[in-house]
Amino acid sequence: MTRSLIQFDNLTLGYDRHPAVHHLNGEIQPGSLWALVGPNGAGKSTLLKGLMGELRPLSGRIVWPQGRSRVAYLPQRSGLNLDFPLRVTDFISFGLWSSTGAFRHLSAECKARIGDALVQVGMQGFEQRPLDSLSGGQLQRVLFARLLVEKADLLLLDEPFAAVDEATTQDLLALIHQWQAQGKTLLVVLHDLYQVRNHFPQALLLARDKVAMGATSEVLTPDNLMKARRMQAPFDPLAPLCEADGSAHVHREAR
Amino acid sequence: MDYLYQLLFAPFVEFGFMRRALIGCVALAISATPVGVFLMLRRMSLTGDAIAHAILPGAALGYMVAGLSLGAMTLGGLIAGWIVALLAGGLARITVLKEDANLAVFYLMSLAIGVLLVSTQSRNIDLLHLLFGSVLALNNEALVLLASIATLTLLLLALILRPLVLECIDPGFLKRHSRLGTPVHLIFLALVVLNLVAGFQALGTLMAVGIMILPATAARFWSRQLDSLLLVAVLIALFGCWAGLLMSWHLDWPTGPAIILMLGLLHLFSLFFGVEGLVWRWIRPAKHYKA
Repeated sequence: MTRSLIQFDNLTLGYDRHPAVHHLNGEIQPGSLWALVGPNGAGKSTLLKGLMGELRPLSGRIVWPQGRSRVAYLPQRSGLNLDFPLRVTDFISFGLWSSTGAFRHLSAECKARIGDALVQVGMQGFEQRPLDSLSGGQLQRVLFARLLVEKADLLLLDEPFAAVDEATTQDLLALIHQWQAQGKTLLVVLHDLYQVRNHFPQALLLARDKVAMGATSEVLTPDNLMKARRMQAPFDPLAPLCEADGSAHVHREAR
Repeated sequence: MDYLYQLLFAPFVEFGFMRRALIGCVALAISATPVGVFLMLRRMSLTGDAIAHAILPGAALGYMVAGLSLGAMTLGGLIAGWIVALLAGGLARITVLKEDANLAVFYLMSLAIGVLLVSTQSRNIDLLHLLFGSVLALNNEALVLLASIATLTLLLLALILRPLVLECIDPGFLKRHSRLGTPVHLIFLALVVLNLVAGFQALGTLMAVGIMILPATAARFWSRQLDSLLLVAVLIALFGCWAGLLMSWHLDWPTGPAIILMLGLLHLFSLFFGVEGLVWRWIRPAKHYKA
């Protein structure tokens, strides 16, 4: 059996001691393709932030048995300042940061990688276009092109298909499958259950607590989905302290 | 022909101090203007103005210690400006207050100290000189200072270009990939201070912001690409300085305001007639493209 890439060890993540991901256990195998499903406020984005190392666990931990992988992350809200006058190629070139750093020049090989990525996302011919002239779907393709040149081993995509049309979604889904075929590991936050059932072999259903994790067909049962829907979303400021399984942590229980 | 020569070139050919003023302005245009382009693109156009006010107490202190000495006033201005910029830029990243709020606090404190110093001083500081500069009185020492600052600015900008651009457009991405975000931002703020201090030799503390921001805002109406934007902005700054100096010469106006006014007029011209200007919005072509 292969060693897992990531282990969640009784992981609790949250803000101001209120958990957003509560006592999560489980493991992610290298080369697997996961859908992260659950209602708004279920902790999906929080889990990705935890994996990025942007958020310290309230308790428990994330273990990387093979060492920390190179991670690429597509946030839910890109936070781009599109007023800035920049060409599409220049923007994608930032994806090469890990090989060029802040100061090194772009080699011919780097430029070829950028051109190649644009072809793969179906945006050839847009190299010199200013970023602010792109439509929402085109911008998403460009963001995928930047992910392509990053050459990371673990990709965390937070709602990559929100406000994206059918054709673009299909193209980007094809890229996701291609990444998996190359042996990369992917965690993708999604809301379209039809999409999840058709394209994602494995799923983690979160509702602050883990509802189910494993093969998609066994996770997305009507029973489990009902359980997830019953989650009380907003934080309760008067929640008592959580004493679950005798651990010593002090975060507040949400209910 | 002779009339045109008299109008456009004679003052610089015949008078050394006009030549010096022009050289000083050229140095400022190729140094302060690129900094201004980035200020504008980072929506920090008013930051330059606030920092310019913050420079005053340093310059005044320099004057009190050493009289009308270039070195002392420059050093004083740099120190005061850097303290305010570092406090504002640094605290914004570790506390709840954003940079604009922090800047407002510290520039006001600095300005208050400056006015206090100037007004309690028995020696009569020529406040007008500090506030409005004297581009026509640039000596060799001042020109060397301006040229050195221009060189240093261009070198540093070239060095931090990539992280600076990335921090403007996608700060989250820079944060995930590198720890350079904060140092690069602070270096950039230091460059703003440096160029404002350079500018106040020639144009005065308050007018120095003009040569940073006005060519940048004007250029925005001509270009949508960073590289051409920088080039156009510098060209506008150069032309504005030359035309402003001539205007001041022929009309016998004070030089600093004349240059800034000329840059302002260039902005207004661009606002209407630039490629992205208003006129092209009003005159809509009758036919549009198919796709």
